[in-house]
Amino acid sequence: MNNSYMENIYNQFNRLDDSANLWCNAFRKTAMETFSDIGLPVKRKGNEKWKYTAISSIVDKKYLLADKSNIDIDTIRNVAPYSEKWTNIIFVNGYYDSRLSDLPENGMILDIGSAMLDNSQADKLKNTIGSIIDYSDEGFAALNSSFLQDGLLIEIDDDLDAIVNVIFYNTGDSLTFNNPRLFIKAKSNSSASIIESYVGGSAHISLTNSVCEIQVGSKANIKHFRMLSETDNTYDVGYSRVKIDDDAIFSSTSFCKGANIGRYDSTVVLDGVQANCNLKGLYFTSGNQHMDNYINIDHTKVNGISNLFYKGILDGKSRAVFGGTVLVRKEAQKTESIQSDKNLILSPYAEVDSKPALFIYADDVKCAHGATAGNIDADSVFYMRSRGIDAATASKLLIYGFADEIINSVNIPELREYLEESFLKSIPDYVFEF
Amino acid sequence: MSELNNFMIEIKDLHASIGDIPILKGINLSVNFGEIHAIMGPNGSGKSTLANVIAGRPGYEITRGSIIYQGEKINEFLPEDRARKGIFLAFQYPVELPGVRTWQFLKAAFDSVRKEKGLKELSIREFDKLLEEHRQAVEMDPDLVKRSVNEGFSGGEKKRNEILQLALLDPTLALLDETDSGLDIDALRIVSEGVNVFKNPNKSILIVTHYQRILDYIKPDYVHVLMDGSIVKSGTSELALELEEKGYEWIKESMSDGS
Repeated sequence: MNNSYMENIYNQFNRLDDSANLWCNAFRKTAMETFSDIGLPVKRKGNEKWKYTAISSIVDKKYLLADKSNIDIDTIRNVAPYSEKWTNIIFVNGYYDSRLSDLPENGMILDIGSAMLDNSQADKLKNTIGSIIDYSDEGFAALNSSFLQDGLLIEIDDDLDAIVNVIFYNTGDSLTFNNPRLFIKAKSNSSASIIESYVGGSAHISLTNSVCEIQVGSKANIKHFRMLSETDNTYDVGYSRVKIDDDAIFSSTSFCKGANIGRYDSTVVLDGVQANCNLKGLYFTSGNQHMDNYINIDHTKVNGISNLFYKGILDGKSRAVFGGTVLVRKEAQKTESIQSDKNLILSPYAEVDSKPALFIYADDVKCAHGATAGNIDADSVFYMRSRGIDAATASKLLIYGFADEIINSVNIPELREYLEESFLKSIPDYVFEF
Repeated sequence: MSELNNFMIEIKDLHASIGDIPILKGINLSVNFGEIHAIMGPNGSGKSTLANVIAGRPGYEITRGSIIYQGEKINEFLPEDRARKGIFLAFQYPVELPGVRTWQFLKAAFDSVRKEKGLKELSIREFDKLLEEHRQAVEMDPDLVKRSVNEGFSGGEKKRNEILQLALLDPTLALLDETDSGLDIDALRIVSEGVNVFKNPNKSILIVTHYQRILDYIKPDYVHVLMDGSIVKSGTSELALELEEKGYEWIKESMSDGS
C-alpha cells in the first residue's frame, strides 16, 4: 500500500492555520475524516468511475499546499479568456486576489476567505458550501473540502447582465497543490452567464483540485462555460455538481485542452419538473496527455430535457476517456435525452475510450445515445485539394471545422474569439496520407 | 501559352486501377484548346474514374500510360498542383465539409490558385465583389456562402456551388463529372449557362455523362463512348443523339459485328 501520499496530506493539513470561522474548522475536519477513510481513487479494479484513468503518477508525489503569489494581470490575460466588459474575479493558487479582481459592491459575489471573517455571513456559507456535493465516495472532493480556505460564492438574484469571469490561475510552483472552490446559486427567475477557467501551470509538476457547486433555482436560466487550459505538467482534477429546479435551464460548455492528466467529473441533477440541461464539450489532447470527462445526467422528475454533446480531437500518443451515465428514474416520465460523443483521431497512437451509458427506469421517454471515433475523411481532403488547397491546410480546416460546431455555439463574442484563436493555434500541422 | 500542335490534354494508353481492380484499360484521347469533348458510357464503364484520375484522386493508380497536360506529364502531380495549374473537377457528388465555411473554403482555394498564376492576393473586399458576381450568375442563395460547404445544400445547390467554383477559380480544363445528375430543368439551365460562359478558345471541357440530356445545353465538338475501360467509338455530337435513340446495347452489338 502506498500511503505516503496520505501521510504527506495529513502533514499539510496540520500545518493549516485554524480559521477564525468555527463552521469552517468543523467543515475541514469532517472532510479530512472522510478523506482519511477513503483516500484517493488509486484502485481502478471494480471502480467504474476511474476505470480508464490511472492516478498513480499523481499520488506517488509529495505536494505542498500552494502559497499566495503576486502576479500581474498581463500574465492572466495571456492565458485566460478576459474582457474589460466582464466582471473579472481572479484567484491565484486558490486564493482570491482583490488586486486583480473587480468584485461588484452589491454583495452578490463573495470571496469566501473574507466572508469567513464576517459573522454575519456565517449562515450563508453554511447553507451553501458543500450543500450540493457528496464527497463520501469522492477522495478528491473530500481533499478539496479539507483544505477549504477561500473560494467564490456567487448569488444571482435577478438578471445579471455582466458576464462573470472567474479565473483560477495556478502559478505551478513545483510539487504544489491548490484547491479552487466555487459555488453558484441562481435564485428563481434569475439569469446569468458565468465563465470558470483553470489556467496557468509551469514546467514543473503541480496539482489543481477544484470543486464547483451550482444550484439553479426554478425558472432560472444559467449559461456556464468551463475552460481547462493549464500546462502539460499539471494534473487537474475538477469535480462539479449541479442541481436544476423546476422549469430552469442550465447550459454548460466545457473546453479541455491543457493538462498532463485532466479529469472533469460533472453530474447534473434535473431535480425539478420540466428542467432542461444542455451540456456541450470539446476536448483536445496531444503528446502524452490524458483527458477524462465523466459527465452524468440524472433525470428525477417529469418532462425533463437533456442534451449532451461532446467532441474530442486526439493527437500524438494522447488518450481521452468519455464516460458517464444518463439516468432516467422511474418518476422521470416524458424525459427527452440525447447523449453523444464524437472523436476525431489524428494519430495512430492516440486512443479514446468512449462509453456513454443510458439507464432508463421510466417507460415513457425519448432517449438516444451514441459514440463515434474516426479519422479525417479522405473524400473531404481530396475535394479541397482538387480546388488547389494543399493537404496540410485542408486537414487544418477540417480539424478546425470539427471543433467549430462547439466553438461557434458560444454566444459571447470575446470568449468565442479567445477559443477560436486558442484552438487554431493548437491544431498541429498534419498531412494525412491516404 | 499554347504552342503549335500542343494539346490541352493528351492521354496516351492510360491504364488505371482502384486497389487491385483495373478500371481503365488503354485510353487514348487528345483534346485541343477550345474544344468540348463528351465521354459517354454505361454505368461502370470507367467514365468517372477517367475524370478522377486526371484530377489526381488518391487511390486511383496509373499503372501504364501517361497524361500530358499542356505539354507536361502530370502522372505524379499532387491533386492540389493540378488544380493550381488549371485542372478543375466538378464532382458528381460534391462533398459536405461540416464546420468549414463556404466563404473560407472559396477564399483559400482562390488564393492558392491565384498565387500559382503569379497574381497578387485580392483584398477581402475585392474578393467579396467577385464572389458576389459569380454567386448571382448561378443564382445561389446568399446565405449558403456563410454556411458550411455543401452541408444541408440540396442536390441542385451543390451543383451550382460547383459551377460557382468553376467560375471563380477560372481553370483552363474543366472536368464535369455527371454534372447533370439530380438536376431539374431550371438548375440544369443555370449550370449549363455557367459552363457556356466559361467556354472560350483557350479553355477545354471534358463532360462525363450517362445521358445525352446535358448535351442539348452544352454542345460537344466530339463524343467518345467508353465501355469496359476503353474508348470504343468516337464521333461528333450526332453520336450522342444516336446513343440516346439506340442505347448502349447498340454499340456492343455493332462491336461484336466487327463493324
